[in-house]
Amino acid sequence: MPGLDPITLTVIQSGLQQVCNEMDLAFVRSAFSPVISEALDRSDGIYERDTGELIAQGELGLPVFVGTMQFGTQCVIERAKNLKDGDLYIVNDPYLGGTHLMDVRFVKPFFYQGELFAWLANTGHWPDTGGAVPGGFSANATEVEQEGLRLPPVKLYKAGVLDEEILSIVLSNIRIADQRIGDIKAQAAALSVGEKRFTELIDRYGKDTVLKGIGELKQRASQQMRARIKNIPDGTYLGEAFVDSDGVVDEPLRISMKISKKDTELHFDMSGSSPPCQGPMNSVIATTRSSIYLAIKHIFPEVPINAGTFDPLHIKDPEGTFLYARYPRPVSGCAAEVSQRIAEAVFSALVQAIPDQLFAAPAGTSGNFCLGGFDPKRERSYVMYVISGGGYGGNPKGDGLSNGCSTIGISKTTPIEVMEQYYPVLFEEYSLHEGSGGAGKQRGGFGVNYKVRLRRGNAKASMVMDHGRSGPLGALGGENGGVNRVRIESHGDTYIPPHLSKDQNIMIREGDTIRVSTPGGGGFGTAFERDPERVARDVNLGYYTAEEVRKRFGVVIDAAGQLDKDATKNYRGKFSKFQDCPNTVG
Amino acid sequence: MQQIVGVDVGGTFTDLILIDEQSGGVRISKVPSTPENQAFGVMSALKKSSAILPDLNILIHGTTVTTNALLERKVSRLGLITTRGFRDVLELGRRTRPKPYGLTGSFECLIPRNLRLEVQERIDSDGEVLEKLDETEVRKAVQTLLELGAESLVIHFLHSYKNDSHEKEAEAIARELWPTSFITRGSALVSEYREYERGTTASINAAVQPVLNRYISSLREALKDEGYSRELLVMQGNGGTVSSNIVTEDAVKTVMSGPASGVMAAAFTAGQSGFMNVVTYDMGGTSCDVGLIVEGIPQVSSELEIEYAMPIHVPMVDVHTIGAGGGSIAWVNDAGLLQVGPESAGAQPGPICYGKGGARPTMTDANLVLGRLNPEKLLAVDNPVFLEKVRELLMKEVGHPLGLKDAEATASAILRIGNTNMAGALRLMSLARGHDPRDFVLFAFGGAGPLHATALAREMGIPRVLVPMRPGITNAVGCVAADVRHDYVRSINLPLEHVDMEIVRNAFETQIREGKDLIEREGIEIEEMIVVHDVDMQFQGQTHILSFTVDDPRVSKSRLRSSFEEAYWNRFSVELPEIRPVLVNLHTAVIGRRKAVPLTSLMPLKNEWKNSNECQKGTRAVWFEQGWQETPVFHREPLCPGSRITGPALLEQMDSTVVLDPRDALEVDSFGNLIITLNS
Repeated sequence: MPGLDPITLTVIQSGLQQVCNEMDLAFVRSAFSPVISEALDRSDGIYERDTGELIAQGELGLPVFVGTMQFGTQCVIERAKNLKDGDLYIVNDPYLGGTHLMDVRFVKPFFYQGELFAWLANTGHWPDTGGAVPGGFSANATEVEQEGLRLPPVKLYKAGVLDEEILSIVLSNIRIADQRIGDIKAQAAALSVGEKRFTELIDRYGKDTVLKGIGELKQRASQQMRARIKNIPDGTYLGEAFVDSDGVVDEPLRISMKISKKDTELHFDMSGSSPPCQGPMNSVIATTRSSIYLAIKHIFPEVPINAGTFDPLHIKDPEGTFLYARYPRPVSGCAAEVSQRIAEAVFSALVQAIPDQLFAAPAGTSGNFCLGGFDPKRERSYVMYVISGGGYGGNPKGDGLSNGCSTIGISKTTPIEVMEQYYPVLFEEYSLHEGSGGAGKQRGGFGVNYKVRLRRGNAKASMVMDHGRSGPLGALGGENGGVNRVRIESHGDTYIPPHLSKDQNIMIREGDTIRVSTPGGGGFGTAFERDPERVARDVNLGYYTAEEVRKRFGVVIDAAGQLDKDATKNYRGKFSKFQDCPNTVG
Repeated sequence: MQQIVGVDVGGTFTDLILIDEQSGGVRISKVPSTPENQAFGVMSALKKSSAILPDLNILIHGTTVTTNALLERKVSRLGLITTRGFRDVLELGRRTRPKPYGLTGSFECLIPRNLRLEVQERIDSDGEVLEKLDETEVRKAVQTLLELGAESLVIHFLHSYKNDSHEKEAEAIARELWPTSFITRGSALVSEYREYERGTTASINAAVQPVLNRYISSLREALKDEGYSRELLVMQGNGGTVSSNIVTEDAVKTVMSGPASGVMAAAFTAGQSGFMNVVTYDMGGTSCDVGLIVEGIPQVSSELEIEYAMPIHVPMVDVHTIGAGGGSIAWVNDAGLLQVGPESAGAQPGPICYGKGGARPTMTDANLVLGRLNPEKLLAVDNPVFLEKVRELLMKEVGHPLGLKDAEATASAILRIGNTNMAGALRLMSLARGHDPRDFVLFAFGGAGPLHATALAREMGIPRVLVPMRPGITNAVGCVAADVRHDYVRSINLPLEHVDMEIVRNAFETQIREGKDLIEREGIEIEEMIVVHDVDMQFQGQTHILSFTVDDPRVSKSRLRSSFEEAYWNRFSVELPEIRPVLVNLHTAVIGRRKAVPLTSLMPLKNEWKNSNECQKGTRAVWFEQGWQETPVFHREPLCPGSRITGPALLEQMDSTVVLDPRDALEVDSFGNLIITLNS
């Protein structure tokens, strides 16, 4: 069979991409969950009829869903029966190709001229799916049942008609249920937009051409990824990263990442990682794989995403580790936190191989903080979520970005003025986490400090964050970024969570404050090689103190705040090697 | 004698149109823009048009001074006074990164951190004062900023949209001490919640105020020297104009005014020709701008981002820029697939055919190889590049790697991919918001717009294309067509059922009064005052809003509800009777309609009109899907109304070329516009 000409192929590639982009757009504009509409925590894609492999995915989708959705679709295909046009499956089971329970997937068979042609699917993060704590991030859950309602693939719509009985089961088991019907309709309508546009595409180019194009595009993406991999020197690269704790047992969890590169393929071996944990920091295999995919996509952002992209990436199932969770291990932390540590481990391995294409580690935590209580003035219960960013790592192009989004997300934070309107809190500070950028030739970006006071009533605070124990890794001699800190002041007492970055149901009373400082990015290259003028500017802007830069950058700033060039030269000369002062910053 | 001049400064050229209302005559001039001081270009355009300045009645000006200053960060040194604890809000932003993938890139705040000072004060979300403003601290901060050399000042406090008393008190103190008028109060520009966006909008205003002020003063001075001292109006991003006397106060509103005037011209021109639903498409060398006009009204947005992390939350014509233009480079990626853009050859080195050293094929080169552009006109005269050389490089860079048989096949592949990408991006920015392409016309302008228009329309399913009489000076036409306009917004943010409609009515009426007062203050001659009210609504729990127009400030609750539900259905095909609607914002645009410009005057004088046979200059071989075709070439300008031409054809005019595909036909309407019907 002759291949398609490359021009038609590119045209079909853009066509498939546009179908997905329009689904993304429709979903985000009509969703109710702010996690979807503002935080963009959703993704839409097209999947192969028999294998469920990824054909195309929206460019505006949440990175962590890059790989998971094809595994989720595969699990639906295995169980699908009596398919009719207009059927739509709902599923959120983490062990069936998912992430955590809050990521609810809709999977819809796509029929063309009466025949099953492909699958359309999307995922959206619902604000709540039941469980022990509002929002689902229970820091000390020990079984998935404590995390919320778990749905196997069931037909929520049958031949286009919403099944009211299934709907009522769902709505009876989740919080803030009254708005979920809005999300359900938005999520389903987005797939209908996709159906319409995909049909138009096939009408125009013909069924055979589109199918042939899909097959060939997969091959081409693989070829493109292989071309990138080929430029990595052959060898084995070791990387690692640590999760502070699992939220239950106060011990770090280790991710061991051994990446072997040969010819045009990469092999990932994580078998040296910690065993499954009691708390919710286990990762299901779909999320583990997806985290590696998204790390690679961050390194090679220009490679388009379809099943072929992943073809040269071989991931050995990390059986027996916390990166291969099985029922009933709790998993709420996998999408938001463990995924970012896996990516960090990939970065830390590959920065040794291709430093000019990498960067030091980014803050890498979503900073989930949740405050739930009762507002006596407005006489209503509330659940407030705060997410936060941190510094990105220094890189060959420049310093790291400050307050960058989590590695796996693309979500914006909610404005303070909005949170104060809805919840009985007062923010007293939202500032740059000074000193947190890891020193380096290119320094890390800075994290954020925020301090929030409860104005009325009582509440309970929970959090799932990370990098409280050790900061994001520096690279090529750069210093680690500053650590995450949480500090609660309650009527004269100070409380620091024993696990530093994870805790649950902390009693907060009227007038108490919670202060969070998020991590800075790792430094890139030796700090003593950083241009002293740039260090002086950093001091002038208050990013570091004069005292800090002497120790961390070997730069001497005089009493008037001016750079002392001679003293700097002398000082740097005395210490031939970079002074290591990890994890003690800001 | 009544003479009107519109002059628009673009990136490359300064365009001018002079309309003499009495004689119906029109004069056009195009001169290179002068970025160091745009006033030089404006004056030389006036000179070239032989305008006699003392005879002019009104001059309307579109300038990119503020946009350029911002994008190049050549702005004034500015300082910030803000609520204690929050000076970093403007640097930290809302936790984003420049692109979804890739963890590099940077952001530089417009205000350096040491010029961002905090003072004691706090107001809560109900507008209640929790901590009084410390006036001594304000005074000290103002002095410090002056010592640090700040030229303009931003005062930005939390929740000032709800209670602006602290901002006003601080402003009063600052005004006593500040040597210039360049003080921006956050809530004065945007009375909406969201501290980052409101503060950034205010900073942008303060950053460009001195720049705009210097420019407008120097332009007025230059005009005065030549004897012109009547009204100078300046275009704003909302598609309206404002008197140059007060333009500096809200300088941020002039950002993006260029693209806005293009859309205004499109609304005006297409409307006169009877087309109310329009996708506008302006293609230049490095990018194209797309806008949307629904039922005659250019769509406006208050949530534009001029670049990464630089939101401007004042109402502006909703124009999206796509990084594709004539200079977009064609290349083969390592998957062996042809890509067009996003890299552009720009003006330097430019396309291969410009002869400035460019060696990578662009869309312009492809158009040349296929005979769509006139080789005699386009090929560089100073450093001649021969067509053979262009063909050779096309093959080397694209044709051979893809195994294509010749330069024609390569060039047409480049155009096909380029057009597909542009059409997709255009769709996403316009029609994907729930519109049926069959109801629309594609309004193509800019140097390269008419060249690609029919291909894009075909791709998007739009049945008709309108190419205006003067596609190369559309923005200048927008200047003369634009009305005086001021926008106001008030946040309500309550479930509709709890809204006191008396408050809605009062809010609308206050906004109307403010607008009318301001127009009177400007003293511009207008024919009538028009008021347009829009509301933003959402279902409770959503964060995105949907806007629609209401006819009457005394609108009823039930009417608001049904209009919203209808708009929601049209956009998303979803009904949500289960959920309560929320009234978010009330917008009022007060428009002072100036005397209409006779558009027929854009055409040549009647005695110069010719029929299509007389306009044919000859033929040229042009490549279409079916291969080379000997194609008639027409001189476009003198084509008389009613002329019909069937494809294939090329129509050439001063700065633009229209390609008519063999499948299509066109007719010249009574304003000289080309109306192309696809597949006729």
